[in-house]
Amino acid sequence: MTTAQYPKVYLYKRIVQAKLFIDSNYAGNIDLDNIADEAYFSKFHFIRLFKNIYGKTPHQYLTAVRIEKAMLLLRANKPVSEVCFSVGFESVSSFGSLFKRMAGVTPSAFLEKQQQLKLQILNTPLKFVPGCFIHQNGWGRK
Amino acid sequence: MINKMTHVCVYVLNQESAFDFYTNKLGFKVKMDVPMGKDARWLTVTPPEQPELEITLFPVAVGTMFNEETVQSMTTLIRKGTFGPGVFTCKDVYATYEELKSKGVEFMKPPTKEFYGTEALFKDDSGNWFSLAQLV
Repeated sequence: MTTAQYPKVYLYKRIVQAKLFIDSNYAGNIDLDNIADEAYFSKFHFIRLFKNIYGKTPHQYLTAVRIEKAMLLLRANKPVSEVCFSVGFESVSSFGSLFKRMAGVTPSAFLEKQQQLKLQILNTPLKFVPGCFIHQNGWGRK
Repeated sequence: MINKMTHVCVYVLNQESAFDFYTNKLGFKVKMDVPMGKDARWLTVTPPEQPELEITLFPVAVGTMFNEETVQSMTTLIRKGTFGPGVFTCKDVYATYEELKSKGVEFMKPPTKEFYGTEALFKDDSGNWFSLAQLV
């Protein structure tokens, strides 16, 4: 079977492009109606197809991408308010509550935990590597 | 009695490039990124929905584990696509295929119906090949 032969290839291409658009532009003010227009779908048809493929509505997916990116920035030690705005949220409180709902902890608790983890990794790196690899690589030798 | 696999090793030719491939192209998450001295790094990634399985991106480089001869042999074998470390599954193989292709991932086989589902084959940036399957 070639790519041109599989079912509804044009539908897949459009939905995937919309997903990739969200992946690249999550930090901006994304209008999901515009994405549906660009994909040449009615809004409801677009949402249904997107959810069938990704298990989330485009809006839920956008929120998930923003929270994932926020986690990456917090891991890189960025302050919570800076992270909030740089991933596309307009209010720190809505960011905080969504983050907690998805990550299970507040952004500041997450940041603190990541800082502690980084310190532990720096001070005791061998605690984070399985012993067999430490042995095989000679990392534990003085 | 063995009950689970927690770590699996994928030998890669360039760890930095593999990091980019597995995170930015495949969308895997970094689980451990531990500097091990000047030239070494313990790097593991996980499939997005399987955080308990760590894939170690292990560089093929001269050191305690590999001598020069081994590195040369492994490099040749990996480059020519000898090793197929595993099968990844996805919810929708056509969408995943389109997405990865648009990100420049090289496919050896487009989605094809098999008795167990629909399957495509792709290569990582080193030459290791994987199955991408949507199981029935």
